[in-house]
Amino acid sequence: MTQMNMVQAINDALRIAMRKDERVVVMGEDVGKVGGVFRVTSGLYDEFGDARVVDTPLSEGGIIGAAVGMALYGMIPVPEIQFSDFIWPAYDQIVSEVAKYRYRSGGEYTSKMVIRTPVGGGIRGGHYHSQHPEAQFIHVAGLKVVCPSNPYDAKGMLLASIADPDPVLFFEPKRVYRAAKGDVPEGEYTVPLESAAVVREGRHVTVIAYGAMLYEALDAAQKAAEQGIEAEVVDLRTLWPVDIETIIASVKRTGRLIIVHEAPKTCGFGSELVSLVCEKAFYHLEAPPVRVTGYDTPFPYTLEMEYLPLSHRILPAILDTARAV
Amino acid sequence: MTSAAHESIYTAALSDDDVVRVLGPDGSLDARNDPGLSPEEVVHLYRHMVLTRLVDDRLVTLQRQGRIGFHIGSLGEEAAIIGSAYALRKQDWLFPCYREFGAALLRGMQLERYIDNMFGNANDPVKGRQMPDHYTCKAAQFGSVSSPIGTQITQAVGFAWAAKIQKRDLVALTYFGEGATSSNEFHNGLNFAGVFKAPTVFLCRNNGWAISVPTERQTASRTFAEKGVAYGVPGVRVDGNDLFAVIAVTRDAIRRASAGEGPTLIEAITYRMGGHSTSDDPTRYRDKSLLDPWADRDPLARIKRYLDKQGWFTEAEEQKLRTEIDARLRDVVEAAEKTPAPSLESMFDDVYASLPWHLREQRAEVLAGPRAPSAHH
Ligand SMILES: Cc1ncc(C[n+]2csc(CCOP(=O)(O)OP(=O)(O)O)c2C)c(N)n1
Ligand SMILES: [Mg+2]
Repeated sequence: MTQMNMVQAINDALRIAMRKDERVVVMGEDVGKVGGVFRVTSGLYDEFGDARVVDTPLSEGGIIGAAVGMALYGMIPVPEIQFSDFIWPAYDQIVSEVAKYRYRSGGEYTSKMVIRTPVGGGIRGGHYHSQHPEAQFIHVAGLKVVCPSNPYDAKGMLLASIADPDPVLFFEPKRVYRAAKGDVPEGEYTVPLESAAVVREGRHVTVIAYGAMLYEALDAAQKAAEQGIEAEVVDLRTLWPVDIETIIASVKRTGRLIIVHEAPKTCGFGSELVSLVCEKAFYHLEAPPVRVTGYDTPFPYTLEMEYLPLSHRILPAILDTARAV
Repeated sequence: MTSAAHESIYTAALSDDDVVRVLGPDGSLDARNDPGLSPEEVVHLYRHMVLTRLVDDRLVTLQRQGRIGFHIGSLGEEAAIIGSAYALRKQDWLFPCYREFGAALLRGMQLERYIDNMFGNANDPVKGRQMPDHYTCKAAQFGSVSSPIGTQITQAVGFAWAAKIQKRDLVALTYFGEGATSSNEFHNGLNFAGVFKAPTVFLCRNNGWAISVPTERQTASRTFAEKGVAYGVPGVRVDGNDLFAVIAVTRDAIRRASAGEGPTLIEAITYRMGGHSTSDDPTRYRDKSLLDPWADRDPLARIKRYLDKQGWFTEAEEQKLRTEIDARLRDVVEAAEKTPAPSLESMFDDVYASLPWHLREQRAEVLAGPRAPSAHH
């Protein structure tokens, strides 16, 4: 075991995957010599050279389109999109091509790749360095979407994503890139995709969170406990396909549900989770499900801490929901 | 590609015959392309370049002190930016990238508002909603800065094209880096402008780097200017650190556009002498020695040598200018720093022209709810 932050853990996973399988290639803007603007690919260029750790021209559509071609050939591309806010020039390739290759070719071709990209706010990034666009990808059939919250899961789930037969969007919560630290085993291991983790047990209310907001949910749960309310906190880890069993089991225990995410409320992932819980556990609900999310505005700069669904907004939601009769 | 090879591309580029240069190393002007600036004009532009550089300096310091969150500057690129903006006529418009605050100030944006943007305060033209250096100034006919690379390029084309449809004599100039020539929008922009003869000037600041990625990674073409050819758009290369040459080629492009002869792609060869932004540490990927030749090519130093030779700007005037700018900046920064953050309610304005029910609900929720523990202000 070694203490690592998320940047180091993801870097470790990339290194292990690249050593093990020479088909794995990292490509993107500034991923080479400088090791990525967040240093996630640090040192890979020195070890694997510029044929496998590739600084590309500045075009996200080019990066993902070329990655599709490489995948069709049989490589395993792990492209990086520097910020998820800049993924849109590649959206056509991701939605129309990456997501549909297996289906549209009757299973003959796949464009298996792992698209890594940092997500989320709270880093003084304004509109274009803060968004958390999971909903726009979950809605597209054929993509898996992962968003780990800690170094152990980040490494294990990145290795699982690289081993997975389907294309994966791997969202890295950049607000906790360095803040989230923990023990990480040396060498290869995987954390299965589609497995949520109950990170705090409680009987009064279920709080679902992921990425950087998990820590806010845990903080709020701790404060609620001081007032006698026991919140169960579920870290989704994989957003899609979601671990529905863990969610439903928890809601059946608590009868109350809060969903926390940074992305705007309307048509956010929370909407889907509420619908699923209503479909599968409606008669177990004792209070209306609540979403604590970013607002339906573009991501602001100066007021970002008011925009984000931080602990100060989650706590009242927990208390109100737990006490609702 | 090694550092030496990277530098040799620039050295070669700057001595290529097809690169327009006016200001010679001896301080003489090449009569063929001399824009014929009066002494007052040269001094005015020099003063503005010094202002731009000192603002850059101050903002980097403020960022290092943690008083602002970010700055992206124009160190070394002042002639390309200010010369091209100066070449515009009153009716023309600018569609910026994120490095051209010098152009905004030259075209009439108030320094106060720019610095307010750096602090994201209540007087910020964009109401504290965007990062520093992402401002807007319609009064100066200067567009709205956004981060996604290349998006302004097609927008400039559409703007110019609209003016053409309405038979107005107006040219739109758009700035972008050489990295942006790899973006979709560069190609769309040149193509549309070529097809519709939209009166657009594409000003590519070829500054050597797209963050850590060197120029030679963006294209296998010999030049960026020649990328216009396939779109039927003439391309010209200019020494981007030569204020006179930049003004001359931009004026020429504007004249062509205005005369209905169509768009021009200008490749201004310059150099990003600083980091990409305050978030970047260029020593991780750029050998310091690469900067050596640029000390001599520094656009301010070059104009200064010219002014010295002409005797148009004394050392005493230089000192006075710097002291004045310093004092002014101190005042403007102090005022901006004291200005409160935008109001909480303002977060919900301007999403739409008027507030729909769901935003009214969300606004009420924020106002009634607890305050965030660590707002930036
Ligand atoms: C679509 C998009 N992708 C990536 C980025 C991140 N990014 C910001 S600036 C930059 C490099 C731009 O280089 P260049 O176009 O040469 O302009 P310069 O910064 O040199 O002026 C990158 C990759 C972005 N802003 N937008
Ligand atoms: Mg550049």
